Amino acid sequence: MAATALDSLPAPLRSLRLKTKQQELLLRVSALALIYVLAFVVRLFSVLRYESMIHEFDPYFNYRTTLFLSEHGFSEFWNWFDSESWYPLSRVVGGTLFPGLMVTAALLHRLLRALSLAVHIREVCVLTAPFFAANTTLVAYAFGREIWDSGAGLVAAALIAVCPGYISRSVAGSYDNEGVAIFALLLTFYLFVRAVNTGSLAWALASAFGYFYMVSAWGGYVFIINLLPLYVLVLLVTGRYSQRLYVAYNCMYVLGMLLAMQIRFVGFQHVQSGEHMAAMGVFFLLQVFFFLDWVRYLLNDAKLFKSFLRITLTCVITVGTLALGIGTASGYISPWTGRFYSLLDPTYAKDHIPIIASVSEHQPTAWSSFMFDFHILLFLFPAGLYFCFKRLSDATIFIVMYGLTSMYFAGVMVRLILVAAPAVCLVSAIAASATIKNLTTLIRTKSKSPQTVSGKASGSKAAAKGAVDQSLPFQQNAAIALLLGAFYLLSRYAVHCTWVTSEAYSSPSIVLAARGHNGGRVIFDDYREAYYWLRQNTPSDAKIMSWWDYGYQITAMGNRTVIVDNNTWNNTHIATVGRAMSSYEDEAYEIMQSLDVNYVLVVFGGVTGYSSDDINKFLWMVRIGGGVFPVIKEPDYLVNGEYRVDKGAAPKMLNCLMYKLCYYRFGELTTEYGKPPGYDRVRGVEIGNKDIKLEYLEEAFTTSNWIVRIYKVKPPKNRS
Amino acid sequence: MPRATSDAKLLIQSLGKAYAATPTNLKIIDLYAVFAVATALIQVVYMGIVGSFPFNSFLSGVLSCIGTAVLAVCLRIQVNKDNKEFKDLPPERAFADFVLCNLVLHLVIMNFLG
Repeated sequence: MAATALDSLPAPLRSLRLKTKQQELLLRVSALALIYVLAFVVRLFSVLRYESMIHEFDPYFNYRTTLFLSEHGFSEFWNWFDSESWYPLSRVVGGTLFPGLMVTAALLHRLLRALSLAVHIREVCVLTAPFFAANTTLVAYAFGREIWDSGAGLVAAALIAVCPGYISRSVAGSYDNEGVAIFALLLTFYLFVRAVNTGSLAWALASAFGYFYMVSAWGGYVFIINLLPLYVLVLLVTGRYSQRLYVAYNCMYVLGMLLAMQIRFVGFQHVQSGEHMAAMGVFFLLQVFFFLDWVRYLLNDAKLFKSFLRITLTCVITVGTLALGIGTASGYISPWTGRFYSLLDPTYAKDHIPIIASVSEHQPTAWSSFMFDFHILLFLFPAGLYFCFKRLSDATIFIVMYGLTSMYFAGVMVRLILVAAPAVCLVSAIAASATIKNLTTLIRTKSKSPQTVSGKASGSKAAAKGAVDQSLPFQQNAAIALLLGAFYLLSRYAVHCTWVTSEAYSSPSIVLAARGHNGGRVIFDDYREAYYWLRQNTPSDAKIMSWWDYGYQITAMGNRTVIVDNNTWNNTHIATVGRAMSSYEDEAYEIMQSLDVNYVLVVFGGVTGYSSDDINKFLWMVRIGGGVFPVIKEPDYLVNGEYRVDKGAAPKMLNCLMYKLCYYRFGELTTEYGKPPGYDRVRGVEIGNKDIKLEYLEEAFTTSNWIVRIYKVKPPKNRS
Repeated sequence: MPRATSDAKLLIQSLGKAYAATPTNLKIIDLYAVFAVATALIQVVYMGIVGSFPFNSFLSGVLSCIGTAVLAVCLRIQVNKDNKEFKDLPPERAFADFVLCNLVLHLVIMNFLG
C-alpha cells in the first residue's frame, strides 16, 4: 500500500523510494531501536512511583563501594580495608568483591561528567541495570541472528526486553551484580558461538574478554566455565568435532582463564578448585583429540592407527586419573563448595548449610513462579526446542544445552530463573519466529498463486499448482486464525509483563507501600527514618548489632559499624549474633559486651503487618546459632514442634532477647480495632508476654510505625 | 613383545615419512609449538624441584608457554592449505589474529608475573 502511495508522487520524490532490502533494513533497525528504548523505559516504574533510590540490601553495599571508588580512585578501592563491617574482624573489601559493577558505574559516571552532564553517582547507579538490560536486547538480537535468522533475533530481543524473569533483577534501583552480569553472560555466549561458527581467533579473543567481564561482575561465571566444556564434550561425543571448535575453545579457555586470574577474588581458583576442573579436563582432552586426529591424517592407515590409539589412550587415561587423584588427595584441588553441591543436589543445603537455606531466594522454585516469570515462554520453549532439533547445527546445540541446563538450575533455586531467562527467550523466539514465518508464507503463496498461474512460465506454474493441490481445505483461513492467535498470545505476554513489573518487581523494599482503609496509598519510610536517626544521634564509633540482613543498609545509610552484614563470609560470627538474639537478656549482655555492642537494632512488623520481620526470621537465627553453639537448641523455642508467640509459647521463647526487644511496650498498644492490646497483626495473635522489663538495655528509638526499634546497651554497673 | 617393538618401529617410520611431506612453513610452526611445550615442561619440572612459591609467577610462566603453543597450533590449523574448513580465511587475516591474541596473552602475563 505504501508503494502505491509512493507511485503517485512526483518523480523527484519517487527516487527516494527504498528497495525492498533497504525497507527491510529500515524496519529492522527502527524495531530494534524501539525495543532498546522499551527495555529501558519499562524498568523505570519504581523511579516514577517512589524516587530515584537504591533498592533492597546488597545494592546498598555496591552503592557504598561505588561511592568510595569514585571518591578515592581505583588504587585505594583495590586496597580498601573496611573497618566499618564485621567488627572486630573487619573485611578486606578490595579482595573480596566482584569489582565489575562498581567499575562500570564509576566509568559511566566519569564519562557523563566528561560530557559535562553533572549527575550524581547515585543516579548513575540507579540507572545502570536498565541501561545494561537495554544493551542485552542488542546482544540477544545478534545471538538470535547467529543461531537462527534475523527475524528470530528481533523476536528474541523483544521477548527479553520485557521478560519478567529478567526484569525482576534489573529494575531501576536494583543496583546489583546480576544487572550487568546477564549482559556479560549472554555476550560471552554469543561471542563464543560466533567463534565456533567462524573458527576465528579474533572472535575467541573477544569471547575471552566477555568472560573476563563476567568474572569481574558475578560469581555466576562458574556456569559459563562449566557449560562450555560440557558443550564441547557433547559435540565430541556426537561426532561434531571440528577444528573451528578447537580454535574457539582453546583460545577462549587459555586467555579467559588468564584474564580471570587478574580478579583477586577469583585468583587461582581456575587451577585449584574442583568446580573449574571440568574446563581444564576438556582442554587437555581436546589436545589429545586433536593430536590423534592429526596422527590419523598423517598415517592414513587404519590398522597402524588402531595400535597407536590403544597406546596413547591408556597412557592418557592413566596420567589423567593419577593427576586428579593426587591433586584431590593432597588437597591441592579443593573439593566442591557447599553452594555448588546445593545446586546439584537441591536438598543438600537444607541439611548442611542453614545460612544458604535461610535466604528466601535460594529456595527451590515453585511452579507458579515459573509461570509468573515466563508466562507464554514456558510453552513456547519446548516448541523452540523442537525447531532447534529439526535444524541441528553447532549453534542450535549450544542454545539447546544452555536452555536445558539453566532450566534445571532455575528449578533448583529461585534466583537462577534469571540465568535461564535469556535462553528461554532465545529458544521461544525461534519457535515464535519460525511459526509466524511459516504461517505468513502460507498466506502469501496462496494469495499470489492466481497471478503466478496466469503470468509465469510453465515450470513455476506447475510448482505453484503442486503447492495448491497439496494444500488442505481452508488452509488459508486456518493460517490466518493461527496467526491471529499467535499475535493474541504475544500481546497477552506484553500485558502480563508490564503488569508484573509494575505490581511485583518495582517495589524498593526499603520503602514499604500499603493500601489504607480508604484505598489510598500509605508509605512506610521507617527504615530510612531509623538509619538517619543512627547517623544523627549516635557517636560515630558506635557499634550496631542486628541480624545480618540489615548490615549493608546500616553501614551505607547509617554510616555506623556493624557486627555482621550480608556478606556472610564468617558463619561463626553470625552464629554468635544469632546466639545473643536467642539467649536470655543477661547471657546476651555478656556476648554483647564481648563484641563492644552499643546499640541493638531489630525489625518488627507486628504493628503494620509487615511479615518479613525479625520474629519470622527468628527460627533461622536459632538454627544458625545452634549450628555452632550447641547450647542453643531449636526445640526449646517450639511447642510441640509449633512456632508461636502467644500465651502458649515456650518459656524460653517468651524471655529471649529477640522476643523482648520486639515486643517491649507492645502490650500497651492497640493495633487493631476490636482486638485486645498487644495484638500482633503479622502472626494474628495476642502476644504472650506483655509485661516486659529490660535490665541491661534501654529503648533508644522506635520509628513511627514501629518497624525498626533501636535499643541502647547500658554500660556495665559500678562495682559496689 | 618383539611384535610390539616392531609395531612401534613401523609406526615411527611411517609417521616420519608422512611428516616429511609437510610444507616448510607448517614445520616451522610445529617447531615453535614443540619448543613452547618443552619450555612449559621444563618449568613444571623446575617447580617440582624448587617448589611453587610465587604461584602466580609459576602460573604465568607455564600459561605463557601453553598459550603460545595453543595459539601456534590454531595458526597452523588456519594456514594449512589442506584444511577444507578454513578455505575462506586468508592467511594474512589468520596471522593478524594470531599476533593480536599473542599481544593480549603476553600483556596479561606481564601483569600477572608479579
